[in-house]
Amino acid sequence: MSKPKVAFYWCASCGGCEEAVVDLAEEILQVVEAVEIAFWPVALDFKREDVERLADGELVATFINGAIRTSEQAEMAHLLRAKSQILIAFGSCSHTGGVPGLANLYDREEILRYVYEEAPSVINPQRVRPEERIEVDEGMLTLPSFWGAVQTLDQTVEVDYYLPGCPPPVGLIRSALQALLSGNLPPKGSVLAPDVALCAECPRKPTKPERLALKELKRPHQVLIDPETCLLAQGLLCLGPATRSGCGAACITGNMPCTGCLGPTSRVLDGGAKALSAVASILDATGEAEIERILEGIPDPVGLFYRYSLPASLLYRRVGNGERAREGRSS
Amino acid sequence: MSERPVAGDKGFEPRIVAFFCNWCTYTAADLAGTARMAYAPNVRIIRLMCSGRLDPQFVLAAFRHGADGVLIGGCHPGDCHYQEGNYKALRRYLLLKRLLREMGIEEERLRLVWISASEGDRVQKVANEFTETIRRLGPLRLAPRPGMIRLPAAAQPEPQPAAREGVLP
Repeated sequence: MSKPKVAFYWCASCGGCEEAVVDLAEEILQVVEAVEIAFWPVALDFKREDVERLADGELVATFINGAIRTSEQAEMAHLLRAKSQILIAFGSCSHTGGVPGLANLYDREEILRYVYEEAPSVINPQRVRPEERIEVDEGMLTLPSFWGAVQTLDQTVEVDYYLPGCPPPVGLIRSALQALLSGNLPPKGSVLAPDVALCAECPRKPTKPERLALKELKRPHQVLIDPETCLLAQGLLCLGPATRSGCGAACITGNMPCTGCLGPTSRVLDGGAKALSAVASILDATGEAEIERILEGIPDPVGLFYRYSLPASLLYRRVGNGERAREGRSS
Repeated sequence: MSERPVAGDKGFEPRIVAFFCNWCTYTAADLAGTARMAYAPNVRIIRLMCSGRLDPQFVLAAFRHGADGVLIGGCHPGDCHYQEGNYKALRRYLLLKRLLREMGIEEERLRLVWISASEGDRVQKVANEFTETIRRLGPLRLAPRPGMIRLPAAAQPEPQPAAREGVLP
């Protein structure tokens, strides 16, 4: 009997998710023993035709990381969806939009203008920009189209499971693979991670005071961080209370606050709003001026609360980008 | 939503969602009603037990589902039935305003007011004022969000967010 076929693909991502697969270390050999990798362009020489040749549903599982920003990424997502029995959104970008999703604070024109004209490292007096189609002597050259906004994988195709994280923690990948190989899968649509907040598994939990009351918000580069005390108690904005556990509190163990990459638990509609709510409620001030003073410690609320999830959020993208582009960047 | 009239158009009627606390502002709205003080019918009131119950998700969901403005009403500082719920609401409101600003949404679309149970006339005044503010700003034009293609096995297919957008039942 032939081994079950799996595929890995990347869209708008950094490559860290591929690295996370490699982080399985020698266990990856057991994976390779149990399955046949039918497509993994980052690591092995495959072409799109290799996927097209497969029958529908021939792939037992496909792992797609990265957000969807170009027509090519969407095409590949549709193609792989058709060929796969199970499609898994792998990592924050395909799950909730990830860091590339913060591009939804800008519109397409602003991004192209900055990248091809205004960036300090660019010299482009003719203002050349990539065209989707261009006629050259050798014939017509084409490029995928660059969409107006970033979207998540499940806003593009139907997704069966989510492996959250930036990148997904090795432990979660391992248990997902075990569940997949044993056929012991949770209900469709599940996020393959514990459904409790990170504080539940945080080693600093015993030092979290009964009632948090912050008079000042500090950023990690401004203070010497005590390696044992609850980071919130030290005035550092740790998003642990509003983030799913499953990473073993890796950042916190590294003495850095949680930035929320695993996304919220299943009861939450908009993770950023929930994190915002949690942070606002622990500030120790009742007067408007005093509250505003403390809030100066959050210079970029979207970047803090939606670092990994702007495309999946209720607001999805900035309003009136076009107008701001005409006025020039204000703030 | 794209077919909605623009600011200043005769046809534009602002859609406003108001979250009023049970003990003060909602009671004041009730008083305004029994005293037959007419105010803008654009304001749809949702009663919460306390302004401190106002989850910022409620505000964003209201905007996503077609509200042009959101009004929050609570007890005056020091008067909260639950001691400090209104202070929590104030902190969330101020932080939420910063978030809205960064997302390109006019801050005036979100307003917090303290109205005690006896101030029915103030409900009337604030509802009218706020409706005019939103009328001047025009409809909130949120970019449509791609429909979530997510159907948990057990659940019946829900209306997709994209189809729901801008349509209040």
